Amino acid sequence: MATEISIGNLTQPINESTDQLILYTLHLADNALILGQRNAEWTGHGPVLEQDIAISNIALDLIGQARMLYQYAATLINQATNQLINHSTNPAHTEDTLAFFRTGAEYKNCLLVELPRGDWGVTVLRQFFFSTYQYFLYHELKNSADETLAAIAEKSFKEVTYHMRWSAEWVIRLGDGTEESHDRMQKALDQLWAYTGELLTPGDFETEPDGKIVVDLRSIKVAWTNKIQEVLSTATLQIPENKWQQSGGKQGRHTEHLGYILSEMQYLQRTYPNAQW
Amino acid sequence: MVSTSTISKEYVYGLLAEVVDPEVPVLSIIDLGIVREVFISDDKTEIVITPTYSGCPAMQRIEWDIKTALLEKGITNASVKTILSPAWTTDWMTKEGKEKLKAYGIAPPNPTASVCSTDLFAAAEAVQCPHCSSYHTIRVSEFGSTACKSLFKCSDCQEPFDYFKCH
Ligand SMILES: [Zn+2]
Repeated sequence: MATEISIGNLTQPINESTDQLILYTLHLADNALILGQRNAEWTGHGPVLEQDIAISNIALDLIGQARMLYQYAATLINQATNQLINHSTNPAHTEDTLAFFRTGAEYKNCLLVELPRGDWGVTVLRQFFFSTYQYFLYHELKNSADETLAAIAEKSFKEVTYHMRWSAEWVIRLGDGTEESHDRMQKALDQLWAYTGELLTPGDFETEPDGKIVVDLRSIKVAWTNKIQEVLSTATLQIPENKWQQSGGKQGRHTEHLGYILSEMQYLQRTYPNAQW
Repeated sequence: MVSTSTISKEYVYGLLAEVVDPEVPVLSIIDLGIVREVFISDDKTEIVITPTYSGCPAMQRIEWDIKTALLEKGITNASVKTILSPAWTTDWMTKEGKEKLKAYGIAPPNPTASVCSTDLFAAAEAVQCPHCSSYHTIRVSEFGSTACKSLFKCSDCQEPFDYFKCH
């Protein structure tokens, strides 16, 4: 059954495999965009200048990845809907329409990336969970049968390697630091842990019978878990015993926090559609 | 308008060597190694480039500057195509580019052998100070004023400097 893709005021059934590829690409893009937007909140407010610059650079890399993915998703959507829609009355999609005119329920990002930035401990720990996921994900996606996704993964992989290293070092520095930094990191871990499971739990668009395009999350789960355990243990932090894991982002069911990010991020384009720099 | 059949690839490369990176204006896009191909046919001139970093805000500007540079010479049918694979690496920077960077006060990138290491708290690469040529330098931050640079400080002459990091 082909699910319906609703983008802006456009609702069109598209065939199943194209549908899955579009949703998968949007999911990867949404993860990168929302975390990029969250991290950008630190620009001008970082704890020290060098780290303000570091987190802003990471935000820029993530938004750059999101742009490449949205551009690809827009191409796919336009190709798939070409026969169905008159583009003179329904303008074609672009990276901007996908970022600025979709509602919260249409966003397919994991809940982890939309949570508030919290203190520096929450920010670096979340980054570490996410960058480690992206590191192993892109490592596999480089071999995808879809050439564009493979090229985007190849392009992004080196950047993500920097992000993972930088965030892991901060987790260790603060976890194994002073009494206060340790306590705050432990608190951050207790708060974020229940949002990590969703990263590695496949959504509908991440299960593929022949496994040629989409990364099988089961294949990277062990590597992700080992890396996380190694760094958290070096950081003298305890993984919470409570096994309950949140989910819903991949299905478009989000926390209240996403709406606030979108209203800030989309305000200009929704108020003045097609405004230009 | 210039007839495309009369222009050579060398001529186009010569024009591209005048287009600079807006963030590091001492480098041309040829020095940076982002021009991958130039295709000339009867009705079009296609320049294929690859981005340095995914989020590099200079890429759009570079695309305009390429078209403008060609347009100024009467080449009106130029188009710019961006490809992502193979991904750009600082190994593609030319020798001249590295010399220009150093003269400009930015330490040029080392060969990329060690870049993708995931080792934590690894010693920073030995980076040569562009001011006094000392290797007695320390890394202040892995991230710098633009995506392509990190921050270093020289322990001999005490000057801070940018390092065009390996990628
Ligand atoms: Zn020096």
